Amino acid sequence: MQDLIRRYGMGLTGLMCLIVAFWLLMLVIIPNITLFESSFRPYLPVTEIGGPRDTYSVNNYLKVFNGNIETSILGIPITVPVHVMTFTLTIWYSVVVTVLCFAFAYPVAYYMAKIANPRSLPTLMLLLFVPLWVSEVLRAFAWWIILAFKGPLNSLLLFIGAIDKPVRWITDYDAVMIGLVYTYILFMLFPLYNAISSLDTNQIEAAEDLGAPWWKIHWRIVLPHSKPGVASGAVMVFMLSAGSLLVPSILGSTTSQWFTQTIQQWMNDALDWNTASAYAFLLLFLCTVFVSVVMWIFRVKLSDIAK
Amino acid sequence: MSAGIDLENVCCDFGSFRAVDNANVSIKPGEFFSFLGPSGCGKTTILRMVSGFIEPTQGVIRIGGKDMRGQRPNQRPTALIFQNLALFPLMTIAENIGFGLEMRGVDKATRRAKAEELLRLVDLPGAGDKMVSQLSGGQKQRVAIARALAVEPQVMLLDEPLSALDLKLRQHMRAELRAIQKRTGVTFIYITHDQGEALAMSDRVGVMSHGRIQQIADPRDIYNNPVNGFVASFVGENNVFVGDLGTVSDGMASLSTPHGSFRARIGQGVSGKGVKLYVRPEHTIISDFAPAENGVHGTVQEVSFEGAFIAIHAVSDSGMKMVAELRNDGSAAIPSIGDQVWMGFDAQRAAILPDANTKG
Repeated sequence: MQDLIRRYGMGLTGLMCLIVAFWLLMLVIIPNITLFESSFRPYLPVTEIGGPRDTYSVNNYLKVFNGNIETSILGIPITVPVHVMTFTLTIWYSVVVTVLCFAFAYPVAYYMAKIANPRSLPTLMLLLFVPLWVSEVLRAFAWWIILAFKGPLNSLLLFIGAIDKPVRWITDYDAVMIGLVYTYILFMLFPLYNAISSLDTNQIEAAEDLGAPWWKIHWRIVLPHSKPGVASGAVMVFMLSAGSLLVPSILGSTTSQWFTQTIQQWMNDALDWNTASAYAFLLLFLCTVFVSVVMWIFRVKLSDIAK
Repeated sequence: MSAGIDLENVCCDFGSFRAVDNANVSIKPGEFFSFLGPSGCGKTTILRMVSGFIEPTQGVIRIGGKDMRGQRPNQRPTALIFQNLALFPLMTIAENIGFGLEMRGVDKATRRAKAEELLRLVDLPGAGDKMVSQLSGGQKQRVAIARALAVEPQVMLLDEPLSALDLKLRQHMRAELRAIQKRTGVTFIYITHDQGEALAMSDRVGVMSHGRIQQIADPRDIYNNPVNGFVASFVGENNVFVGDLGTVSDGMASLSTPHGSFRARIGQGVSGKGVKLYVRPEHTIISDFAPAENGVHGTVQEVSFEGAFIAIHAVSDSGMKMVAELRNDGSAAIPSIGDQVWMGFDAQRAAILPDANTKG
């Protein structure tokens, strides 16, 4: 702080602090508090707001248990509330996205950190960053076009003879998975890259010299060292996927429903902001619990991630 | 179990740069062999070729008579000790030592027993459950040796492992390394730029410069009979006279220089003008009267007391700086600054040598 004042003067430092404080308070803290407060109040006509029926309760939160549907897990038929079902599928598919992102990002990160010629690294980085220059909406639509039933991907696969009839890609959660992996993979790649490049190459060579086959080098040396990177990448990809609205909306099919879409329906279609807020906090809270539990299982500390 | 190593016409190129040029050396089983040279001389490249991290561009490397071409480091009977040791910081000491055995599918109890045994060998009993970060530099050093010994290598390769230690510890570890090598009988190849280390520990030393092995000999020969000027100056101090070669007979030659005419032994491949004569400071004699031959008159400029010896820095009347080292045993009178003295040397103790061998 003293350093900032010395470098930029009192006026400029004060202005910067003020802007940050305004942003935090007015655009993050107060809206969240407002939503949190309204999530405990019923959805009422304007005239009744503040009236005798406007009391605090957890009824909005309990609405996730309304309306059952029949489904089956591993062939066993069960009945679950429809929104619990949506929530569970959202968490499940977000985990799938996280695992897929790791599977694709790890080899690339390892290649960039340990194998690629350092001189070609800026070019590689640029190639990875270029897609980010295009807006997320456009990228999702691009995938929508690519994956269309009569789209370029099917044409290409038919042309090279990999398939003999077109594949319906945008079905169930398939296209959502593809879109989410594509959108969030860099959030996995860069923490992984940072973690792996901080590993002393001699450690890899020492392991090889002591007789380790390549996969054991990764399992015993590279992965344990990169655990904080994996953890922070996984938390980011998981949270962003579970909270993503755009990709599931654009690339979703008639049978896919993301929990964020349910929130949006409460907010925009039912105009019930109170229930929408309750659902949003439910998502935030349960995702945080889920991440904490997973981190506890893998013995990752919060301080590791911050590194 | 130990194996010999043979390098036959080994070359290694990095792009257009030749890091190792036509190396030929035959290291005997159980030998302590050092490669000595300045940084960039190719000694580490040789080590990495023997361990399998680099393939030679040309030539053959044999370990125990077996051609190692195409063998990955994890398939060779070698164990490398890295300059920074490369211990695994996320494992305990016992896990570090047992790592090589774990990779060979040895069960946990056997690994643990072997780790304890090796920890006793390197004088660190009971340290098995500590983490790497809890050890001192010297202790880490021992763990690295134990980890390499655990896989029962036939050849141990050491890449300047003592360079990070302080002087006292380094001297102690020299003796320790030597003792471990004698006890285990494993062939050691030791890389260093520290001539004292190489001379004190090795059975034989290979001095390298510019990718070429200049001389292979036992430490005494390296120091007393260097084959060229590079070896002479890398493994010790010298007073160097430059001059033109005169008559040569019986391995002795005369050299006429601006500082006088001298007689000395002559090395192989020296001829013509501008050749160099090397004489060690401890073979340079200081006296009040002119010696029969090889004498230079001058003035003492500085006397520095080094403990075991006293270095006399003098400038000859012809303007050349010379150093003489006198043993601190009271046998010789120590001159003072400003004294007029004669400096000389025994013709048998000086040599006229060619420069370093750098040609292909």
